[in-house]
Amino acid sequence: MNARQEVWITGVGLITCLGEGLDANWQHLARGDPPAYDDKSFVPYVVHPLAPVNFDKQIPKKSDQRQMEPWQRIGVYAAGLALGDAGIVGKPELLDTTDMIVAAGGGERDIAVDTAILAEARKRRDTGSFLNERLMNDLRPTLFLAQLPNLLAGNISIVHGVVGSSRTFLGEESAGVDAVRIAHARIAAGQSELTLVGGAYNGARWDVLLIFEQAGALLKGEFSPIGARGTSGGMALGNMGAFLVLESRQHAERRGARAHARIKTVRSDRAARQPGDIEATLRRQWESIAPEINRERAAVISGASGLEPATSAEHTVLKEIGLPIRNTGTYIGHGVEAQFMANLAIASAAVEQGKLYPAEGPADAGAGPSDLSQVVVTGIANWRGEGLALIERAE
Amino acid sequence: MTAKTRDKLGRPVIAVTGIGIVTSLGVGKAANWSKLTGGVSGIRQISRFPTEGLRTTIAGTVNDVYRDDMSPADLSERVALLAGEEAIAEAAIGPKGHFPGPLFLAPPPLEIEWSDRIKMAEMAPADADPAYPELLRVARNFAANRNAFKFGIIGENLAEKFGTEGSPISLNTACASGASAIQLGMEAIRRGECVAALAIGADASLTPESLVRFSLLSALSTQNDPPERASKPFSKNRDGFVLAEGAAALVLEDFDHAKARGARVLGILEGVGEKSDSFHRTRSSPDGKPIVASMRNALADAGVAPDDVDYINAHGTSTPENDKMEHLGVSAVFGERIRGIPISSNKSMIGHTLTAAGAVEAAFTLLTLQNQRIPPTINHSVPDPAIALDVVPNVARDANVRRALSNSFGFGGQNVCLVLTLEPA
Repeated sequence: MNARQEVWITGVGLITCLGEGLDANWQHLARGDPPAYDDKSFVPYVVHPLAPVNFDKQIPKKSDQRQMEPWQRIGVYAAGLALGDAGIVGKPELLDTTDMIVAAGGGERDIAVDTAILAEARKRRDTGSFLNERLMNDLRPTLFLAQLPNLLAGNISIVHGVVGSSRTFLGEESAGVDAVRIAHARIAAGQSELTLVGGAYNGARWDVLLIFEQAGALLKGEFSPIGARGTSGGMALGNMGAFLVLESRQHAERRGARAHARIKTVRSDRAARQPGDIEATLRRQWESIAPEINRERAAVISGASGLEPATSAEHTVLKEIGLPIRNTGTYIGHGVEAQFMANLAIASAAVEQGKLYPAEGPADAGAGPSDLSQVVVTGIANWRGEGLALIERAE
Repeated sequence: MTAKTRDKLGRPVIAVTGIGIVTSLGVGKAANWSKLTGGVSGIRQISRFPTEGLRTTIAGTVNDVYRDDMSPADLSERVALLAGEEAIAEAAIGPKGHFPGPLFLAPPPLEIEWSDRIKMAEMAPADADPAYPELLRVARNFAANRNAFKFGIIGENLAEKFGTEGSPISLNTACASGASAIQLGMEAIRRGECVAALAIGADASLTPESLVRFSLLSALSTQNDPPERASKPFSKNRDGFVLAEGAAALVLEDFDHAKARGARVLGILEGVGEKSDSFHRTRSSPDGKPIVASMRNALADAGVAPDDVDYINAHGTSTPENDKMEHLGVSAVFGERIRGIPISSNKSMIGHTLTAAGAVEAAFTLLTLQNQRIPPTINHSVPDPAIALDVVPNVARDANVRRALSNSFGFGGQNVCLVLTLEPA
């Protein structure tokens, strides 16, 4: 086995409610403009809708767009931004060996069809045969392809030509953390040189709200920042696509690619989630990277969802650690599978800029160092899985 | 200290020390192997829900495991658990409830079921429109469903029960998922992150909607009568796959670790190859290049040549498209020699177990190597003249099989191939 390779982020693609592209997102945060949210369309729930995006720019064929539902279009768009940023668009010799790991949910439904079937099902006794008939007549064949989790990756292969390999991880926030962990580990060990890793989320949909409402996990009523959402807390689901091109330093230098940042460590764990478990797990993860941290030049970007008790448990430990903290969920909402990648993107902008954006809300802390060079990104999931990454300026 | 065993590329050697299988043929390796080599079909008329109005009314369901009203999530978890328990018991690894390595799971994607959606609609006031906002109002009374439709739930529960280490990874590469789970385990051991890994593919998600979805893509056989004749890979009259349920678990282990603890080595995972296809969402590139590259990558990863392969466990779905493309692909990789290599499809008997298929078929390939006996491709009464392959028609065959290739191809351009062999003599 070769010596461990340094892992660089050489491409970033980010679209959120704040805007399109890493720069637009960073500018919004740096100005301290109010978060963009919608508390009218899905009353009583609060969501962060996607900023206006012209999908034609990254998905030129309308026929391709028609084969996707919004979460896939968002992801394919963000993947295209990342590939463009890394300078590998239209380079088949690179795309041919580019590996891909996508963290995905899926299951986007046809709300009109579901609603019509339910309205009639209540009046029928022969529910079984009625349901068969309606599903056979009403479901669009292409909808199925938009529901398959691996078809975000499939569409990225088709639209952007990434064909080295394609794997899709499932399982909410942990899927995002593990996607980055495996992509990082494979490059570090020489199993891959170039990997596109990312996720996409569309929280502005009734079907996904229904899944989280069953767990009582959603923010209702008025918007408030992370840390100010009361004793049970709640998630304001986001709309986002976040993709990173990870590359071995050697490979990047050979082709003259620039690094936004390097990923030093990615940790992913599974605590049983008994009281105290999150704290113990996060402390252990922190201790494993603490010797590498220069406290004068470091900060934390938290992926806290806003749901309790996970958010408070995480912040108990973050306060002990005592580094400046930002909670991106206040601005971009919670993007579940995509959140960790979105936060790595924002963290890479922070180390490039050498500073944090202004604090917002009671869970943010500290002004941040004047020469920021390391960011600890947390991914403590709303119900399972604890992740942490350390990224630093590539000097 | 003894020298470490390394493969041709200098990496740790991956042994399989435990295997567990559940399919429509039954629960456990023994029951499955005797029926599979006996040419028995597990495909039956669907009894779980009414089939009036459906074009396809048959499936390979796990009737030995299903109990009334089990949801796809419950049933998938149950078959995964049974397969995992069998594999871990055989490997005799780790103290009970503590598997000494990570879990890689290929589960079906989960969704709220129509039965639940209808129950919620019925809880709404009679004069209310049962649209989504109304479902949301009653949803919190569905406390039993708290986490039931989160994609990570099966992995979470299995990690708890088996006591696997770290974050359990759930993955989906469509019909190649089971092979991808094995691949992730192989890579983790090769990186030296762990000495053992548990790879499971499990899918027991037959519902009216899952059936209708594949039906609308014209992917399923509609030759419902008799059910056991419907899946006929590589036949001229093949007309689609038969949706099926099942699970398989493999305990993967660093060869030296297995030997040091005196474990029995059931086989070696010698190589894995993948290549994705950018041609179409459900169809392969007409030139078959990604399929070919996937097989070649697997052989290169194993450090062997096409001439070293004695048997191919085909993806062999029984769709017109797959079997044509797989024939094209193996012909390109193996050349003229392909006519002399037995290639059979387990799906002729157990149907297409979707996200489990790659794991189930890897498990059967290991049993083929162990038993030196090749399961047949049943229902092969009308050969396709365009497919000149030795599909081991209808009857199992004893053969000298040292090394085998197992193919998995899926929607979304997913192609994963495994090279499996016996323990070096």
